[in-house]
Amino acid sequence: MADETTLWISGQLAERIRAHGTEAYPHECCGALLGRDSAATDPNVMREVLALLPLVNRRDDSPRNRFSVTAEDVLDADRAAQKQGLEVIGWYHSHPDHPARPSQYDQDHAWPWYSYVIVSVENGSPQQMTSWRLNDDRHAFSPEGIEIRHSATV
Amino acid sequence: MPVKVIIPTPLRPYAGKRDSAEFNAATVGEALSHLTTQYSDLRKHLFTDDGRLRSFVNVYVNDEDIRYLAKENTATKDGDTISIIPSIAGGCC
Repeated sequence: MADETTLWISGQLAERIRAHGTEAYPHECCGALLGRDSAATDPNVMREVLALLPLVNRRDDSPRNRFSVTAEDVLDADRAAQKQGLEVIGWYHSHPDHPARPSQYDQDHAWPWYSYVIVSVENGSPQQMTSWRLNDDRHAFSPEGIEIRHSATV
Repeated sequence: MPVKVIIPTPLRPYAGKRDSAEFNAATVGEALSHLTTQYSDLRKHLFTDDGRLRSFVNVYVNDEDIRYLAKENTATKDGDTISIIPSIAGGCC
């Protein structure tokens, strides 16, 4: 994983993630981050969210503290991204009444490379939003900066 | 003609940036073993420390989920495509 990665996102899309967290409260929301990652073409790796795909949280049994995106949903997200000339660069979910930090459960189930955006929602109101990437050794997440941008520049 | 293994985007950095690899393999388990031998950094992302496929790693032979076949003992034949499809999970606590 690149050191000190940064995720770019427009203020509008960041607001939509927060709004989704509010709508789903007290349950966890989830969705896909569609965008571009310039790692293959640019030594100064830039990753930008250019669209969102809100998804249904499939964890009917425990939606207040768990979220799940099935393999079929992942394939749907891949297809939605490809239609827009983008790729799935990560996933977002909310932490109702918990900090925007990855839990051990988040870490145990994470994939490398993807950006994991977490928004905390306290009493129905969105609070801090953070982004994380799993370390190569799977032993921890590293925080990823979030930079609010006005336009796509990747 | 060997079996083709499709590598999902998040694992490509650990597989020489390749999106697929081909192996001669009689079962899914054999193909995944070849894959993780060739690209050893993939192993910890696909398998637990005791060698079981991680719960969020889904493997399909052509369009069939191996959980509904013979899991890693699912037989493969020349020309089959094995796809590794992520599922995503997490939660606050």
